Amino acid sequence: MYVIVVGGGKIGYFLSKRLVQEDHEVLLLEKDRRRYSTLAEELGDVVAQGDGCEVRMMAEAGFARADVVVAVTGDDEDNLVICQMAKKKFQAPRTVARVNDPSNLAVFQKLGIDTTVSSTQIIFNLLEQQIEQGEIIPIGALKNGNLEIVMIGVSEKSPVLGELIKSLVLPGNAMIISVVRNDNAILPQADTRFEAEDSVIAIVAADVESDLRSIFSEGH
Amino acid sequence: MADSNGRRVVILGCGRVGSTLARQLAVDGYAVTVIDSTADSFRRLGGKFKGTKIVGNGLDQDTMRKAGVEHSNVFIAVTQGDNTNIMAVQIAREVFGAKRVVARLYDPIRSQAYREMGIVTLCTTTLAAGLIRSTVTESSECDGLREKLESWDMDYLEQVG
Repeated sequence: MYVIVVGGGKIGYFLSKRLVQEDHEVLLLEKDRRRYSTLAEELGDVVAQGDGCEVRMMAEAGFARADVVVAVTGDDEDNLVICQMAKKKFQAPRTVARVNDPSNLAVFQKLGIDTTVSSTQIIFNLLEQQIEQGEIIPIGALKNGNLEIVMIGVSEKSPVLGELIKSLVLPGNAMIISVVRNDNAILPQADTRFEAEDSVIAIVAADVESDLRSIFSEGH
Repeated sequence: MADSNGRRVVILGCGRVGSTLARQLAVDGYAVTVIDSTADSFRRLGGKFKGTKIVGNGLDQDTMRKAGVEHSNVFIAVTQGDNTNIMAVQIAREVFGAKRVVARLYDPIRSQAYREMGIVTLCTTTLAAGLIRSTVTESSECDGLREKLESWDMDYLEQVG
């Protein structure tokens, strides 16, 4: 896969490094000359210096043959324009934009960006989850089915402690897919018993997530 | 504003272009709201400006809401940043339903690309270069425009100078 990453901040740097390790062809574009030299020392010719919003630079960087264009600068307006120009001028099949202001998520999607990622939103979601209830952590989302993969910690006080899986009455749209015990993921059977410090991995429809949570939570 | 006839304009960016436009449109009887990230920029509007001034980040939807973009006829983006202007007009259009949006840009390529997407763009780079070229080559193509420019400068001195 040929991946063009625009913006050599922390996200762009670690992302590019990781993609290179995974044997992808990567080009990291950084506008600032000083930042570019630092990056180039570390990553070599993977890095190029230039403004990823300029069409001439985009053409030189090979936007026309990129499989994915990822815009991760610190400015939402730049990320938007990079992705829109990549689509409009170079028919990029897939664009990913970092969105700093979460209220821009919906707009970006409406404006044709394929994938949007907002770390602000992700951190906010995690905090909100923690404030509401200590032990359920979202670890992934399946976009179209409105399904989430969550991890639930079984505490000393959890009402499911010592119970068999088959005795749980789960909401209709929820399924336990694994139990992680002492760093081993096990495929649970009907007669698996919950132990303290188990982590339960479940797939659940977003609207019944709170029902699932209450089954495992203390004081239920 | 009673005399604005319900004609409302929001201008993002209170630099030379934004402030001049704001003062002229206010004189023309429009209800004008100007947004800029620094309060200091509003000094360019002078003491007689009757419109509304809002300090804020023009890409923040809360600022746009405060400026009344959803109740305006036209949204104009004239900040120093091409990408800021491009994003602002798209938010005005998609989120707040602004019917007419105008973006001033420096990059002719972006200007052309977004014009094709239905945004009114004005590239001041090619505008200025084209006019100056017509003066150098003594082409008559821009004669009308040169007169127009002269009268605009006169207007400026009369109305806001």
